[in-house]
Amino acid sequence: MNSLTVAAKTKPMLELKAVSKRFGGITACKDISFDLQQGQLMGLIGPNGAGKTTAFNLITGVYKLTSGAVIFNDQLITGRRPDQIVRMGVARTFQNIRLFKRLSVVDNVCIALDCHETYFLGSAFLRLAGVRRREKAIREQALEYLNAVGLESKAYARADSMPYGLQRKLEIARALALKPRLLLLDEPAAGMNPDESLELAELIRTLHRRFQLTTLLIEHHMDVVMALCEKIYVMNFGLRLAEGTADEIQSDPEVLKAYLGEGYKRAQHS
Amino acid sequence: MSQYFSGILSLGLIYVIATVGLAIFTGFTGLFSLGHAAFFAIGAYTAAILTYFYGVNFYLALLAAAAASGLVGLLIGYPTLKAKLRTDYFAIATLGFGEATRVLLENLPITQGARGLPGIANYTSLPVILAVAAVVIWIAWNFTHSRHGRAAIAIREDFVAAEMMGVNIFLGRLRSLIFSAACGGIAGGLFAHYFCFIQPSMFTSYMSTQFTAAVVAGGMGSISGPVMAALIFISVPEILRIANIWRLVAYGLLLVLIMIFRPQGLMGYREISFAFVKNFLGRLGKGGKA
Repeated sequence: MNSLTVAAKTKPMLELKAVSKRFGGITACKDISFDLQQGQLMGLIGPNGAGKTTAFNLITGVYKLTSGAVIFNDQLITGRRPDQIVRMGVARTFQNIRLFKRLSVVDNVCIALDCHETYFLGSAFLRLAGVRRREKAIREQALEYLNAVGLESKAYARADSMPYGLQRKLEIARALALKPRLLLLDEPAAGMNPDESLELAELIRTLHRRFQLTTLLIEHHMDVVMALCEKIYVMNFGLRLAEGTADEIQSDPEVLKAYLGEGYKRAQHS
Repeated sequence: MSQYFSGILSLGLIYVIATVGLAIFTGFTGLFSLGHAAFFAIGAYTAAILTYFYGVNFYLALLAAAAASGLVGLLIGYPTLKAKLRTDYFAIATLGFGEATRVLLENLPITQGARGLPGIANYTSLPVILAVAAVVIWIAWNFTHSRHGRAAIAIREDFVAAEMMGVNIFLGRLRSLIFSAACGGIAGGLFAHYFCFIQPSMFTSYMSTQFTAAVVAGGMGSISGPVMAALIFISVPEILRIANIWRLVAYGLLLVLIMIFRPQGLMGYREISFAFVKNFLGRLGKGGKA
């Protein structure tokens, strides 16, 4: 709670203003507005097809907005290309894992680190001493990021040879290597059992603090969301359903009816 | 006889230079081209015209050939890659580009049309070709092991994810296209000064197909594979010239055999290294069990 009141005095890190997206006759997102203060960890929840991932795609520039505006760090990012938005400090993971499958685990992270690399093509052609030095540094840094998510021992395995859960962790490491200020996690615990998902929640909390991130999390595991998020935004059929703290959301009759289920509160208490 | 073999090797290595360029474009960046003979032709004509009509130094002419082909690569890549054409549509665009270039060469006064340019000085020798091939392979290897090369590979693997890693897809693809065009240009320049005669009908889509076949059969994401494949594809039909028309059958058979037994290509996503050779010999010793 404290961080909310402190942060409210500063300008938000991310602000969505009446963001809408229509695909033909279908409105995937309609008038979505919320803001995220620096250092906040916010949850975005709702039933399948509610438009959560669409919201991510609108923030990261994958889709063009039909109307509305996205403001990141005081700058209007609406209409920019995804790679430009990434360079401004927004990183994301994908719901349906999108690693560079055939590459090694460490190379996956190296590609992300390249985002901030500046040596020139000419020196790369000739592999000058400076390039060799930078390449070595990139590799060492990549191992550090792998270490942060506990994948160091897998560094030279092929990315798609790892089990599902580890691939998701690699996606997180790869996103962190972009050195973002805002991290968007799209169902990082999908397909995990309760123990694994709680362990992942702990990892997300640790990384969120260590890298001083602002994090927006889409997740269906309610225990993860409730444990991590100070603020939750609920969507349904592309619309805002509710917004508030974990406690408020858990007792909101609309949310219980549309998403969590009438039995949710009782199950939590028993 | 030895001149005969050095002739085959020279032609093979000229093809290797163009194929390595295409390997960067197709094997590492994931785009297909069916018109790379056009870059080869532009390089050949640029270098030949410069040395023939203007008496320019051969090595400068080679650099000019690379620059001219690279520039044309930029000109056709800018609109087609900017439009984010799907990779198969892009391949069709290059097919048209290849044919258009040939028709242009047949009708320009400076290229002397279909008659071609006879009497180009014979500056290209096997040592020169070897040196150029070595440098091009070295630069291509360096490229694939740099941030620019990784960006190309990321685009090939998953361009949505690549974009989310801060990779500018358009620039990455354009960079690879210009590089491969320049390699084709150098190879063309060497070719013109090796045969001392060029005419537009040498640079047909058959030649483009040969480059692409060498890259695919050699293996995507590999440099050493396409190098081997280019040498094999040039030398086998030449050596079999005594078998007359059957040599083309042998060429086709070779392609089919590679597709059946090595669908990933000779060296798909790998390179020949000392460890690889040792491992390979070890496996041969154990009776070839994979």
